[in-house]
Amino acid sequence: MSRVIEVENLTRTFGHFKAVDNISFTVEKGEIFGFLGANGAGKTTAIKMLTGILEPTSGRGKVAGFDIITERNKLKFKIGYMSQKFSLYEDLTLKENIGFYGGIYGLRKREIAERTKKMIVRLQLGNIENTLISEIPLGWKQKIAFSVATLHHPDIVFLDEPTSGVDPITRRQFWNLIYQAADKGITVFVTTHYMDEAEYCDRISMMVRGKIAAMGTLDELLLKHTAKDMDEVFLKLARD
Amino acid sequence: MIEIKNISKSYKEVKALDNISLNIEEGRLFGLIGPDGAGKTTLFRILTTLLIPNRGTATLMNLDTVTDYKKIRRQIGYMPGRFSLYTDLSVQENLEFFAKVFNTTIESNFEMIRDIYVLLEPFKKRKARDLSGGMKQKLALCCALIHKPKILFLDEPTFGVDPVSRKEFWDNLKKLQKTDNITTVVSTPYMDEAALCNEVALIQKGKILAVDTPGNISKRFTHKLFEIKTNNNYKALLLLRKMDGINSAFMFGNSIHLTLNNSKKVTQLSTELTANSFKFSIKNIEPNIEDTFMELMQKE
Repeated sequence: MSRVIEVENLTRTFGHFKAVDNISFTVEKGEIFGFLGANGAGKTTAIKMLTGILEPTSGRGKVAGFDIITERNKLKFKIGYMSQKFSLYEDLTLKENIGFYGGIYGLRKREIAERTKKMIVRLQLGNIENTLISEIPLGWKQKIAFSVATLHHPDIVFLDEPTSGVDPITRRQFWNLIYQAADKGITVFVTTHYMDEAEYCDRISMMVRGKIAAMGTLDELLLKHTAKDMDEVFLKLARD
Repeated sequence: MIEIKNISKSYKEVKALDNISLNIEEGRLFGLIGPDGAGKTTLFRILTTLLIPNRGTATLMNLDTVTDYKKIRRQIGYMPGRFSLYTDLSVQENLEFFAKVFNTTIESNFEMIRDIYVLLEPFKKRKARDLSGGMKQKLALCCALIHKPKILFLDEPTFGVDPVSRKEFWDNLKKLQKTDNITTVVSTPYMDEAALCNEVALIQKGKILAVDTPGNISKRFTHKLFEIKTNNNYKALLLLRKMDGINSAFMFGNSIHLTLNNSKKVTQLSTELTANSFKFSIKNIEPNIEDTFMELMQKE
């Protein structure tokens, strides 16, 4: 197994506030890694550092083989990103969005055309390929956004609350896409406030006030915190 | 307290609400449970007199939402889904502003907001935009309560909020209901929050799927439900979906929830899973609200 994420003593402060406080962890290739924490625990700051958007105050890390400080530009071609707040351009059509992102990720025209065709067949989107994204229901949009975020076959994809507000059936269809990607060897780094989704992950970490308060498989966490499910683990840790 | 009769509302070709009728009694904590795009916000806007329906009528405290809107507005509190406060005003200034708009003062109804206000007080000089998600939500609730409304409308107050802050918020709502007898209508995409309401309506694509107490809603589930735990749930799920005689199979946390067609027996299922060398356990369980919601969704 190879390591896709490797960070050591990663810290980021804003003034006197330590948003991320000396965290160290590794994530293996093909792993589905759940990154949990309360609002304001430091998840978003950590993700920004891992994706090369924000420079750490101290510590170091590698993602997809590239240094998150000195090789930020190379790193960006090896990762995918989507969130519930930002994914696709509402005023572009489905096809235009795919073309736009393909271009950003440095794909050739022919590659974009091939992958667009494949994706449209796989997700059965033939009848809406020329529809504006703003007219597509949220559940569909999120599935499309995920496929677009993995269009360039990244080593790892970061998903920031990808299923917030989505209906329970679509939420599960979305997780099928996650499993398929992981099966193909893409590492999935996901945050969620749905605790049943946390349980779908191979490993779960939980941030509390900038630090990683717990990390392990579901069974390990349940045993260690004598809890019946992840919801209970979360409540116990976050209230400490 | 609230009577909704045959309400429909469309935006161009999209039917946001399709012939909805509901009665909500005084003092209830009523939950409107459904995903994004179900029509929850449209219904809230109609009930808070901000939108006129294409068809049907709604009355609050026997006042019509179209003709008596001025009287209604003085007696309801509304917390919209997106953050509704003035971000460049401080916590204190926001509260004062909303009090003035409703011709009252923070002091006159202070008892009602005391428990929540205490948590906000350390930040009272901070600008609203610099508050954390949980604090913004508490401030928005205080502002919606400042004129002591008889009915409170909360549109997805816990959307994107972590489990701890969600739990605190619901504790606050329960307390308000108990001490002030406020009728509260709250919408949420989180199925587990339905259990905290007195009564819930499940809503999907502009239609009400069911209205009942949280306990009774699960009784509408029409199949025998099994929980299966395996050594590889994803692979097991792929296999189960290809098998004959499976009515539904969905991932639920660290297990699979499954229903069978009448012809299929559990023993057959066990044999097939064993033949595919899965380690597993199967047991019969009671359906929860999410199971029920998903079954009702599929019937539509």
